[in-house]
Amino acid sequence: MSLSTAAYDIALSLPAGVTGLAPANDNPVADFSDTPWWVALIKAVGVFVYLLLSTLLVIWFERRVIGRMQQRPGPNRNGPFGLLQTLADGMKSMLKEDITPANADRIVYTTAPLIAATMAFVSFAIIPLGGTVSIFGHETPLQITDVPVAVLLVLAVASVGVYGIVLAGWSSGSTYPLLGGLRSTAQVISYEIAMGLSLVAIFLYSGSMSTSQIVAAQSSLWYILPAFFSFAVYVITMVGETNRLPFDLAEGEGELTGGFHTEYSAMRFAMFYLGEYVNMFTVSALATTMFLGGWQAPPFIAAIGDGALNGGWWGLLWFTIKLWMFMFFFVWLRGSLPRVRYDQFMRFGWRFLIPITLAWVVAVAFIRGAQLGFLGQGTFTIGGRELSVATVVIVSIVAVIALAAAWIWDDKRAEREAAAEFNPPEEIDPFEGGFPVPPLPGQRLREPSGLAVGSGAASREPVTSSVTSTLTSSPVKEETHG
Amino acid sequence: MTTRDLVFVVVGTITAVSALLAVTTRHVVHAALWLLVSLGSLAGCYLVLGQELVGLVQLLVYVGAIVVLVLFALMLTRAPIGPQSEISTPAWQRALAVVLGGATSALLAALLLPLLASAQVDLDRPETGTTQIAQAVFGTWVWPFELLSVLLLVALIGAFAVSRLVLHREGEAA
Repeated sequence: MSLSTAAYDIALSLPAGVTGLAPANDNPVADFSDTPWWVALIKAVGVFVYLLLSTLLVIWFERRVIGRMQQRPGPNRNGPFGLLQTLADGMKSMLKEDITPANADRIVYTTAPLIAATMAFVSFAIIPLGGTVSIFGHETPLQITDVPVAVLLVLAVASVGVYGIVLAGWSSGSTYPLLGGLRSTAQVISYEIAMGLSLVAIFLYSGSMSTSQIVAAQSSLWYILPAFFSFAVYVITMVGETNRLPFDLAEGEGELTGGFHTEYSAMRFAMFYLGEYVNMFTVSALATTMFLGGWQAPPFIAAIGDGALNGGWWGLLWFTIKLWMFMFFFVWLRGSLPRVRYDQFMRFGWRFLIPITLAWVVAVAFIRGAQLGFLGQGTFTIGGRELSVATVVIVSIVAVIALAAAWIWDDKRAEREAAAEFNPPEEIDPFEGGFPVPPLPGQRLREPSGLAVGSGAASREPVTSSVTSTLTSSPVKEETHG
Repeated sequence: MTTRDLVFVVVGTITAVSALLAVTTRHVVHAALWLLVSLGSLAGCYLVLGQELVGLVQLLVYVGAIVVLVLFALMLTRAPIGPQSEISTPAWQRALAVVLGGATSALLAALLLPLLASAQVDLDRPETGTTQIAQAVFGTWVWPFELLSVLLLVALIGAFAVSRLVLHREGEAA
């Protein structure tokens, strides 16, 4: 009893001591007091149209860029530069026959693509697209809404969105979709943990989960620099989360003939397609907001004209540019990397990403604690800059630990490689195992001397006997393997 | 009756009805899906009451992790489409379940309604935000909280141990 009250007292007194240093509160800085409901509706419709147009564009963009990477033209027939190709594809999928398999669970089969497509749009409600603007005489932020826990909303909606894939896989009543659904369940659960953990560092730095507050806190320094590791983890997990190459294991058209959407056709298939691309925009928008300063202008442009280009409608431009950089990255990845193997992908998520992100969160907590003065207030001066003793000590400890860990890991890997290195014998008998085996690089073929040359029964004897012995022994071998 | 009351009644009814459907349906996967609807609309109840953090965490943990795990386990083992007759329980078990469920609800109602019936909260200016919840969890209730996490850890290790034991016996038999 007394212990718990003492802990409560400490918890209460700690924030009181550092309010001057920490960001004041976790509430949004965006002010919605002058936003009537019809302005909010206009903004919502605007975001919807923005996302649909972006999707139309990005599908064309992806096919053109992939085409260029693979040295072919890509779609170039419909409209200037093939710009209307996506529209034509959309029309086509509307006119196609919509097939429902006889074994399907009809209601769930219809609901699944709807979940996948609608959930992708929801998260965009809390993304700030620009600064405060004037719409029909009302001063309003270019953002549909904001709450103190806005980023959690994105994670929660993403976890609901995965049901689109899972249920599509199950309700098709067919094997390949079920396998795809299973894969995506495991994949999204495991990569969501790493994604959430990577964002914790941003919460620690900004002291808030509200997107407008996070953008405002990055006015002097984008979080991609102090939280560089989180950024790397987030970029990896966002590719896993959107089911894009190299992590599109739920589709795996080479292995699962399309995975969860094998049985889907026409408009229901187009829904999945739309959901996937809108999802790409959502995770990219979150990355822009969390790590790249959101709608704020890049540092040098922000200085022009005392910040004239850094706010209002200009924000939309910078935001869109940053968003499309991520889009290009997605396309680039798809053009360059093959699909990873499923077990490697899961091992990478569980045994590398999650533990190392946990360690990173602890490190960031210590660094932030030192910066906020929890670990002593001493300072010293080097080259005219005043540095906190605690911060320097903590950062160097973290750096030393990271270096030592990397060194040990590298050592272990070298050891493993040395152990796994296999020196093939210089000569090889191609028929030793009972069937012809080609030589490895640098190996010499041992000629099957006895048979062709006919140098006597003595030399023929061992060859035949070895063949018969392997023939008799091969079933035993197979048994031990099986 | 304000709009908020109306929304709360609607969301609460959806929660209760889908919870009932979850235990009465004969489709295994549909039971999991009704559970999903129930837990999701419970998050909606929290949102109506102005607790965004609790609502979103409910969505994240129960909808995003636990029901997905349930579905995962179902699909790994057996998840047929259509009703299954072999999972139906005998009548006395159903009657017992109804009695027990009703008794628990009555007990909770009898305990909580007199206790909290007179409490007044201004939902337009909620006093408990993220900071207050954090202070409660990591301040006042930090020991029960840590104890719970240890309990979960023990359960996890126990599950591992059980699965390894089963494997071991099978290996011995073979």
